[in-house]
Amino acid sequence: MSSTTLDYKKKDFVSDQEVRWCPGCGDYAILNGVQQAFAGLGVAKEKFVVVSGIGCSSRFPYYMNTYGFHTIHGRAPAVASGVKIANPELDVWVITGDGDALSIGGNHLIHAMRRNLDIKVLLFNNRIYGLTKGQYSPTTVPGMKTPSTPYGSLDAPFNPIAVALGAGAGFVARTVDTQIPHLRGIVEAAHKHKGFAFVEILQNCVIFNDGAFDHVAAKDVRDDRQVDLRPGQPLLYGKDLEKGLRITPDDIEVCAPEEATLWHSDGGTGASAFRLCQRPELGEIPVPIGIFRQVERPVLEEQIHAQITAATRDLGEGTLESLLGAGETWSVE
Amino acid sequence: MPKEIPLQQLEEVIIRFAGDSGDGMQLTGNQFTNTAALLGNDLATFPDYPAEIRAPVGTLFGVSGFQVRLSSQEIHTPGDAPDVLVAMNPAALKTNIEDLKEGGMLIVNTGNFGPRDLDKARYEENPLDDPQLEERYQVVAIDLNEATLKAVEGSGLSNKDALRCKNMIALGMLSHAYSRPLEGTEEWLKQKFANKPAVLDANLRALHAGADIADNTELFRVRYQVPRATLPAGTYRNIMGNQALAMGLVAGAKLAELKLFYGSYPITPASDVLHALSRYKNYGVLTFQAEDEIAAVTSAIGASYTGALGVTGTSGPGVALKSEAIGLAVMLELPLVVVDVQRAGPSTGLPTKTEQADLLQAVFGRNSEAPLPVIAPSSPADCFEAAIEAVRIAVTYMTPVMLLSDGYLGNGAEPFRVPAAADLKPFPVRHAETVEGFQPYARDPQTLARPWAVPGTPGLEHRIGGLEKAENTGNVSYDPENHERMVETRERKVMGVAASYAPTAVHGDAEGDVCVLGWGSTFGAIRGAVDRARKAGLKVGQVHLRNVWPLPNDLREVLSGFRRVLVPELNRGQLNRLIRSEYLIDTVSLPKVQGRPFQSSELLQRIEALCGQEATR
Repeated sequence: MSSTTLDYKKKDFVSDQEVRWCPGCGDYAILNGVQQAFAGLGVAKEKFVVVSGIGCSSRFPYYMNTYGFHTIHGRAPAVASGVKIANPELDVWVITGDGDALSIGGNHLIHAMRRNLDIKVLLFNNRIYGLTKGQYSPTTVPGMKTPSTPYGSLDAPFNPIAVALGAGAGFVARTVDTQIPHLRGIVEAAHKHKGFAFVEILQNCVIFNDGAFDHVAAKDVRDDRQVDLRPGQPLLYGKDLEKGLRITPDDIEVCAPEEATLWHSDGGTGASAFRLCQRPELGEIPVPIGIFRQVERPVLEEQIHAQITAATRDLGEGTLESLLGAGETWSVE
Repeated sequence: MPKEIPLQQLEEVIIRFAGDSGDGMQLTGNQFTNTAALLGNDLATFPDYPAEIRAPVGTLFGVSGFQVRLSSQEIHTPGDAPDVLVAMNPAALKTNIEDLKEGGMLIVNTGNFGPRDLDKARYEENPLDDPQLEERYQVVAIDLNEATLKAVEGSGLSNKDALRCKNMIALGMLSHAYSRPLEGTEEWLKQKFANKPAVLDANLRALHAGADIADNTELFRVRYQVPRATLPAGTYRNIMGNQALAMGLVAGAKLAELKLFYGSYPITPASDVLHALSRYKNYGVLTFQAEDEIAAVTSAIGASYTGALGVTGTSGPGVALKSEAIGLAVMLELPLVVVDVQRAGPSTGLPTKTEQADLLQAVFGRNSEAPLPVIAPSSPADCFEAAIEAVRIAVTYMTPVMLLSDGYLGNGAEPFRVPAAADLKPFPVRHAETVEGFQPYARDPQTLARPWAVPGTPGLEHRIGGLEKAENTGNVSYDPENHERMVETRERKVMGVAASYAPTAVHGDAEGDVCVLGWGSTFGAIRGAVDRARKAGLKVGQVHLRNVWPLPNDLREVLSGFRRVLVPELNRGQLNRLIRSEYLIDTVSLPKVQGRPFQSSELLQRIEALCGQEATR
């Protein structure tokens, strides 16, 4: 295929299906950002497979003009694993939500992370069950009143970034639904990473959890309440990047920009990533977005196919004849 | 000088090895079987072992048994009662002696009959002191422990390790008594212990010592020979059901010209299928040991979506976990083979014991209307062809298919007449490529299958999922009439599979008093019973279903040729319910749920009783 045919526009990734999210849903912005990003990845359109589970976010594949697979609740990473192992040439993306990925599908998510298949997971975290009308989710802030927690939620929530770091995901990042240039950049970086990539997208649910991330993502606080983790760059934030963060052995402190810690996402600061992601969102330290970790390690489907190649080289390609002739046989005349 | 032992010809013999689960009874039985196979006997085996890997030594629940029947005739089951019982300890004696034929040979290891051993088997007195034992059986009492220690003396092994060779003494004795050469076992030991020369040496010594003991003592009054069986001409190999099933899946994928993907989670008694397929790397087989049963099936569905043949394998509890995903495959109309090596349930049940109680789960066990074809192999070797049949139906009709094996078939072995590659009919799959007019849910007018368009194909980008589809376009549709039409179409497609079956065959009388209708692993026991009934002059036929669902189109007609239909099953009458509800005919259920297969004799009794009822009616 010539390179000109890969010169896609965003509209090439827009399907003919009517989008049915609630007006004002953060998913619209994410869809827009992902379509823009896909157009620029240099991958033939037919190679994309977008796999989802169940939930509002999981309607996503219907709106992408690619191969799309809307599976069942929680199972998208397992389906995607089968897709990628069977055909490693495909560009496999999983779209999931906080309930889908961290509750009913938690097992599949952590095992896909540990195995390090070259698949990309975009988790839309709105901290609520939207499609089933507003129950608390595994990322809901404690105390929140929902239909299933009329006296306030008691469950301690998961921190998706901490889960991903703990389960060994090679690429771990966070972005925000409405910050489309940042989202595009993260999607591109995830794609570039060879191996499993996990992206948490902070997403607003206008109906059941409106403003859940206003303290992080609202335009008027964003500059002071977010710090973008950029590999190889100092930890700076503020409107004019006039503030810095310094990571010490005992603490994380606000400091002058020239004293800010240089962010290494490639392994050396694994512990820092873990500490950073778990700081209270309303504390002094801003909420980190960007790339927490970016470490390459052997990719499962490549290793599987390498074993097959080696066995075929050593034993010869198995045929129907060799299959039937195997084992200790005897003849009856 | 020992006197010359006479050689006696036998038509067949049934031998059961029984000992502690750590005594190597399964290995001993398997090796004896392999030798018999290469000598050209027809054979059938029945391994029966506890769920505990190494149960406490000497306990009743820790007894592991392996029954093998060698015959010069064509046989279909491992036999009812053994002619020979090898009991390695009191617990093995207690749990097996009642099965031994009157006058049968009892070889018993007296070395394990100390007070503690007796106590663990809950014997108050030593059963070997009971004079009745000698009256009822030919007792060969020998201290195998002592014989083993003597045989391997100087090998450098500890007493504990040396005693582990006592199964080889037993094997050597029986090999000699039944005129089996030792070379095959020697070769096998050499391979098995290639890196442990001391252990190899000890085992070889024990094996030969066993043969010498049988030769030089008067323990055995006669030597036996079971001549070659007169089996149909061809190339044979001894095979276990799970191996044959794995081989059939590989063959099926080759015939379909598809890559095979097997997603599975370890579970007794299905794990051997995963093990076998994991070794077929040079056949391009992709195996994936998933994190759970759900991931095993959904990864297989993902593989099918890319155009490979997705297969998942498990036992009944695993099928329960996979149900939602199997329903997804019904909705997606993608090929998928689900292997269920059934075991006794419900819940964890009796994990190492056999049962056929997942039939209704296979046919109906999903939410809403989710029909799929169900196929059941009838013998260990038949698992090969049944697996090919499952693949053929899955790819021809774009549907998930359930392949219902069971523990008895999976672990049992018999000679397999290996087909020639040229005798297997290919059914190559062509994935969709034509962009012009492509519709993901358009249908083949014959099979009602939809096109299989796989990712990577330019211009055929489309979306599928678990939501109801609009006809042809496959777009999400909540339209009430469309939903009803789609439910009916999916059902019509699956019921249409019956049009591809061969006519239903009747063994024995095509019309008569009793038709014995079975499915799956009960084939051999039913065949034995029907043949004996017919020898006795009764008008009896056997119909055995490989395609259990949908039922064959001509089945009702075939059954109508008999006055009574007897349906034996290792469940509480599940096929019986299906037959009654589909045909509104009176049938007689013969259920059994003991975790054990039918014996031909119990089936024969029921056939005779039914025929007798006819006679006196």
